[in-house]
Amino acid sequence: MTVRARRRRGERLLGLAWLTATALFLALLILPVAGLLLRVPPADLLRRMADPLVLQALWLSLTTSLAATAAVAVLGLPLAYALATRQFAGKRALEALVDLPMVLPPTVAGVGLLLAFGRQGLVGPALAVAGISIPFTSVAVVLAQMFVAGPFFVNAARAGFEAVDPALVRAAATLRATPGYAFRRVQLPLSRPALLAGAAMTWARALGEFGATITFAGNLPGRTQTMPLAVYIALQTDLEAAVALSVILLVVSFGLLVALRAVPRGARP
Amino acid sequence: MLIAELRRRLGSLALDVRLEAPPGETLVLVGENGAGKSTILNLLAGLLDPDEGRIELDGAVYYDAAAGVCVPAYERAIGYVFQDYALFPHLSVAENVAFGLRAAGTARAAARDRAGAALARVGLTALAGRTPGELSGGQRQRVALARALVLEPRLLLLDEPLSALDPQTRREVRAELRHALRGLACATVLVTHDPFEALVFGREIAVVEQGRLAQVGSRDDLLRQPRSRYVAELLGLNLFTGRVAARAPDGLAEIATADGGRLHVVLDERGADGQEVLVAVDPREITLHPAPPSGTAQNVFAGTVAQLVPEPPFGERVRAVLDTTPPLVAEVTAHAVQQLGLREGTPVHASFKAVAARAYAA
Amino acid sequence: MRTRYACLREACLVLTALAVIPAPAPRAAEPLHVFAAASLTEAFQRIAAAYEARHPEREVVLNLAGSQQLAAQIEHGAPADVFASADQRWMDDLVAKGLVAGTPRIFVRNQLVVVVPRGGRVARLDDLARPRVKVVLAADAVPVGRYSRQVLEKMGGDPAFGHAFGERVLANVVSEEESVKAVRAKVQLGEADAGIVYGSDVTAAARTSVRTIAIPALLNVVARYPLARLRAARDAAAADAFVDLVVSPEGQAILAEHGFLPGPPP
Repeated sequence: MTVRARRRRGERLLGLAWLTATALFLALLILPVAGLLLRVPPADLLRRMADPLVLQALWLSLTTSLAATAAVAVLGLPLAYALATRQFAGKRALEALVDLPMVLPPTVAGVGLLLAFGRQGLVGPALAVAGISIPFTSVAVVLAQMFVAGPFFVNAARAGFEAVDPALVRAAATLRATPGYAFRRVQLPLSRPALLAGAAMTWARALGEFGATITFAGNLPGRTQTMPLAVYIALQTDLEAAVALSVILLVVSFGLLVALRAVPRGARP
Repeated sequence: MLIAELRRRLGSLALDVRLEAPPGETLVLVGENGAGKSTILNLLAGLLDPDEGRIELDGAVYYDAAAGVCVPAYERAIGYVFQDYALFPHLSVAENVAFGLRAAGTARAAARDRAGAALARVGLTALAGRTPGELSGGQRQRVALARALVLEPRLLLLDEPLSALDPQTRREVRAELRHALRGLACATVLVTHDPFEALVFGREIAVVEQGRLAQVGSRDDLLRQPRSRYVAELLGLNLFTGRVAARAPDGLAEIATADGGRLHVVLDERGADGQEVLVAVDPREITLHPAPPSGTAQNVFAGTVAQLVPEPPFGERVRAVLDTTPPLVAEVTAHAVQQLGLREGTPVHASFKAVAARAYAA
Repeated sequence: MRTRYACLREACLVLTALAVIPAPAPRAAEPLHVFAAASLTEAFQRIAAAYEARHPEREVVLNLAGSQQLAAQIEHGAPADVFASADQRWMDDLVAKGLVAGTPRIFVRNQLVVVVPRGGRVARLDDLARPRVKVVLAADAVPVGRYSRQVLEKMGGDPAFGHAFGERVLANVVSEEESVKAVRAKVQLGEADAGIVYGSDVTAAARTSVRTIAIPALLNVVARYPLARLRAARDAAAADAFVDLVVSPEGQAILAEHGFLPGPPP
């Protein structure tokens, strides 16, 4: 075979391998989703959505995950900014700490949260004195979600800030802009796509959170039973109910993710 | 009026300079890359703090190490045009120009009007709504300048304003920029690594060499009395060091260079025997001859052509490096090269008048 | 080029070597899959060891989880030879679906007990209904959760506790855990003031952090644990041998040591 023919064949094989890999990966993603969707007749779905227990779980899931995302965005932004723009002693350790929740099994995270905020935990007793008890409350659900999903936002926001040309910040300083003004008018707008993407990922992770939630917040309909917990419990008695709940959660999350991606991106630099 | 004393260590650079820039005039900082020119601008702007020193602009003290004064960049009345212009990509041209006004607290409508006027002054009103990404290099430079000037700064800083442009655009913009800078009321400090640009823009030129000012002076000062080989090379002159070997009562003196050459120069009274002097000869003053010339020129050297370097941009002028004693660089026309049949290795005689050789105490 | 292919070759060699590194002597026979309720964990681990001691050629693989989960897995075709459930309901379910060989037998019983943290606020059964007491139960879908609610109902019928007792305790429930071990864990951690678990869950290890409060026999619910070989068992004899071991005096002694009540006499 001539060199050219051999190269062409090589290219074709490469293209085939690429297609096969992609097809396999997409199949892995699509098949379970299809399995869920095809199992439930739409009429059944609508009936279940009217079930107050389901609505309760859905409402709780949405409110806690959004609250967790908002809290993480507010509390994590300064940290992301510092990591992106400053050098300081112990920075590596801090980076590892931020990444820690991502490698911790969620149930372990739940136990940790209990040992920190529980009645006999590190700060639990102090909180109790102030009349605050966190485990078994919706606040615990939000905290659990913040813990496991927080790193996603911090890392995405940090990457966003790092991508902003430092020359622009210096230019702003020469244009009478205080650091706060420069942050608001230069860095924030330019990192907006990254921040939004980070928030979307965080919200998705928070919505699907199970292990830390059930361990730290417990499972009580209306107060701490989020959709993932409801699905898990339903699975034990009624497979059809579990599937229906899963589909509801699937449709709602998918819809919200698509809506988020449709938000207009910031200016390209 | 800018008066600045700056001392700062940065990596391997030890900066120690003293500058003055009067209003309405342009001081050019010229030197090689890494000499510390941009560092000086950043120190003046407040983007970097000196280790020691003082910065005073029109009576306002921006930095005084002894008194513990350090005014932040955003409170200094400066304008800065960055090398790559640093225009905000997410804002329109008009919003870019208005940025500083808004940051300083000007109301939106007033800022918009002033920005519009500034754009009109540089002829870019039509582009007000575009984003920087849609502009050409020259247009971006004008926007950057307008953005800095709309704030009516007392000190304008420009960092290599032409280096981001291609040679063709550079020529056009150079003329424009020179004209714009001439009309300014504020003090201007411009940084460049190109000696020719330095000569074009600057009334006062400061040669920066490894964190120090090798020499500060007007264009003519530098050309006539370069104080170091570096400055001379920078400006393309022949520069020799030698000692006074003999003096004639009529002022003519003989200078002996280290490599055994002899130069005849006109020396003023202050020169003494044995004193070390610098001698500068403009390459354009050197004439080349195929045979020993007749005439009044006191300095005649014989040697061969070591190198012929056509000068950019079009090679109409040629620098001829001669391996005479001392070695000389002559600048002649390409026509002359052709006429004399000059090639590398061609024997030639170089001559220049004693008056063309400027000698002064080292 | 040379380095790239050399690496690939070396990788292949390493992988092949790992594949042929002698594994522990493979058992001749297929492993025996025993699906058992989570509450049987410690006891069945010992029984499995005893079985393997008697039948060295066969390995016992235990799948321990909530009975409801195991039943669901079996229904969906998970490979199981023996099923030990904590609730007759899930066994009956499988029997109805024709997945069980023969008749299941009750091999052990378990009764409920209230656990409280040592030094906690709950000292007596009455305390469960006091305001602001945090009670943790298993979810209703979990057998022990259902039983817990039955016990509370019975207590409501007893004049000693009063008819609103059950409701008041249920109002104190702060979490419905997905397994009985999770209930125990919450009490051990001191997060809950009380929980209802099986007697078998109060292991020696647990006793370091919790105490028990007995529930009167009349008010208690005794869970009957059925055991059966499944139709899909690959080696019927081996599965039956395991079942026999469980109901044998040896098996029953092990179970008793772990807090279970003996199964009713056959």
